[in-house]
Amino acid sequence: MSHVANSKGRGGFIAGFLILPLALYLTFVIWPYIQTFGYSFTNWTGQSPTFDFVGLDNYSALMKDEVFRGALLHNLLLLVFVPAITILISLFFAFMLNAGGRSGAGGVQGVAGSALYKVIYFFPQVLSLAILAVLFGAVYRSDEGGLLNGFLTKLGLVDPAHPIEWLNEPNFVLWCLLLVVVWHGVGFYLVLFSAAMQSIPKDIYEAALLDGAKRAQTFFKVTLPLLWDSVQTSAVYLGIAAMDMFVLVSTMTSGQFGGGPDHHSEVMATVLMRNFLYFGKAGYACAMGVVMLVLTLILSAITLRATRREHVEF
Amino acid sequence: MGSTSAHGENSNGEGFGRRDLIKRSAALGLIAVPTMSFLSACASGSDETTKGNESKVAVTKENPFGVAKGGKLDVVVFKGGYGDDYAKAWEAAFDKKWGTTSSHLSTQEITSKLQPRFNGGNPPDVVDDSGAQQIKLDVLAKGNQLADLTVVLDAPSLDDPTKKVRDTLMPGTIEGGMIGGKFVALQYVYTVWGLWYSGKLFKEKGWTAPKTWPEFMDICQKAKAAGIGGLAHQGKYPYYINVAIMDLIAKKGGLDAMKAIDNLEPNAFANNPVALEAVEAIYEIVEKDLLMAGTNGLTHTESQTQWNQGKAAFITSGSWLENEQLKQTPDDFDMQFLPMPVLPGSKLPFEAIRAGAGEPFIVPEKAANKAGGLEFLRSMLSREWSTLFAQQANSLTVLKDGVDPAVKLRPGTQSAVTALKAAGDNTFNYRYGDWYSEMGTELENASNELMAKRIQPKEWIKRAQAAVDKATKDPNAKNNKRS
Repeated sequence: MSHVANSKGRGGFIAGFLILPLALYLTFVIWPYIQTFGYSFTNWTGQSPTFDFVGLDNYSALMKDEVFRGALLHNLLLLVFVPAITILISLFFAFMLNAGGRSGAGGVQGVAGSALYKVIYFFPQVLSLAILAVLFGAVYRSDEGGLLNGFLTKLGLVDPAHPIEWLNEPNFVLWCLLLVVVWHGVGFYLVLFSAAMQSIPKDIYEAALLDGAKRAQTFFKVTLPLLWDSVQTSAVYLGIAAMDMFVLVSTMTSGQFGGGPDHHSEVMATVLMRNFLYFGKAGYACAMGVVMLVLTLILSAITLRATRREHVEF
Repeated sequence: MGSTSAHGENSNGEGFGRRDLIKRSAALGLIAVPTMSFLSACASGSDETTKGNESKVAVTKENPFGVAKGGKLDVVVFKGGYGDDYAKAWEAAFDKKWGTTSSHLSTQEITSKLQPRFNGGNPPDVVDDSGAQQIKLDVLAKGNQLADLTVVLDAPSLDDPTKKVRDTLMPGTIEGGMIGGKFVALQYVYTVWGLWYSGKLFKEKGWTAPKTWPEFMDICQKAKAAGIGGLAHQGKYPYYINVAIMDLIAKKGGLDAMKAIDNLEPNAFANNPVALEAVEAIYEIVEKDLLMAGTNGLTHTESQTQWNQGKAAFITSGSWLENEQLKQTPDDFDMQFLPMPVLPGSKLPFEAIRAGAGEPFIVPEKAANKAGGLEFLRSMLSREWSTLFAQQANSLTVLKDGVDPAVKLRPGTQSAVTALKAAGDNTFNYRYGDWYSEMGTELENASNELMAKRIQPKEWIKRAQAAVDKATKDPNAKNNKRS
């Protein structure tokens, strides 16, 4: 490598250091993507080294696959609601914690005890999704032993002989899962927005206060525009989370790799895994993987573009 | 895959629970890839030559494989629903007889632990290749990694040297271990499926075990009157309630009705009054509100534990149930097996049960002590070892009358032994689940909807037939035929 550095000077020297990481990246990140793309044109079963080239058969079968289309629809639904709800709630809480209080003499501060609240809000983020799945499995449990059912039974709202089977109700299951994601995410984005809010100079708030701005006005005219970068990033992250959902759906709902009852909570990742590992249709599953990749890329591009705004300097 | 993993509880997707969203999305979009090279690696194991460690011990009638005294025996077992106490007991017995030193590894991660060893040409001598992470048998067979176990079948039985081992096995054992025309896997555990109840509860209430469907419904009604559920099932895994539905079909319509389903016939479900009657019988439980409260959404452990606590009269399951629930079962529970009660005019008698072999044990072709491995398998098919298994794992083996009658078994296992004796030749076993996993899944989805009262029996039949018709397009449909 040293002769590279000698012959090309500093640029070559840096390149020399980058070759190894680049090679690793190409081998372990980019190459698998390309392989998946290749496998998606075959009828590979996943359990045998032999397979045939089938052209676009997998992709045309995918277009007709009602289960996959349903899963795509669920992903899109989550894509709309997960970021919107999570960001709205975390923004509200973050604002209240950082600039919601008005007790000090003209100062800008959070409501009383905001330092403690921050810790409490962040707590769900500390738990891994696997633990969350177990935790909320107990909340949604379909008999009286479930937290929700037990609570509602005590209130007399639910007949103990016919408890609500939360995760076995086609109309509820997706919303039950959505609630878990939001519950999990709010704490993190609250802290993220808090950090961003704290970097906003106090003088701006004080000026707004002197001009007689109310809380809502301060929020919409001052805080939100200055936070826009963070909100934008959050939307992309949450969007990607909504395109995934694999851990929660596969552990909490019924069926091989989840998706039940009767495909009502299916997301693309669960359909993919079932086809890959259970049905032995690995080539078909690879085609799904490619579709998911493309959709996620498009989504990120759209989000970044649609939320582009003039950057506010301060 | 062993019977203990039938409900797919291992589908938790370990390794995905990381918060790094970007990485996760990339990993998920292309999750297939790392696994891919991994799987093909497992198919193309190195072709290293066998270690020349074959002992030069004379082959005798008592020692048909020429096991050398002393030496080592390397045993790896899947530690699932049956635990691994039985294997420890076996190894102790083997060491005592042959003067060997056994090394024991019990794990759930069969693939990751054994893949490098198979590829490196130094596999263990005996493997219980089971569980969700089993190495697929057909892959091992293709790589010539599996010893032909026909020699074990033809060796004299340890209990009665005038008999060959093959004549001491339960029906279906040999077919269950054939891959590509060779007997390469000993499916050791004999499982029976049906209903289970608490002998204590029934005695307290003065109920007798039902033999016919009306009697069964009667007890369910009485249970409801007593404030508990009639039937519990593992709702999150509709596999279990399908056992009840499919058993009713097989018993009412006879073996032909079962084969029609396995052979994907166009009238397997459609225009088949037998199938409709069976589904309607199950639906009657739902309609008359005789299910345990909330059972449709519970996991197997949740609903089995509720049943153990007396919240329901019956539950559907296989004979691994007793061992699986060992800790949750009250001491005086008196677990009892019950064959599926029969509908009026059934072709098979009440005693008929679904039964079959599972949990494959293999001897690797390149094992250092292959003779020891083969002898180990032969010993497993002795009454002494079979009894050890029944006691330690609370389950039956494929050895005919394989449990010493003098030995006291736990009540559930004992009742399964009794039921199996009473059934005699009247056993049956569906194959569609192994042959057509997609069809199996669709039947399960339909049953889930039926139990939740969201579809009617006629709709179930329609969906089931659609699943059968879809499966006929499976390339395997040409090869999978039973008569």
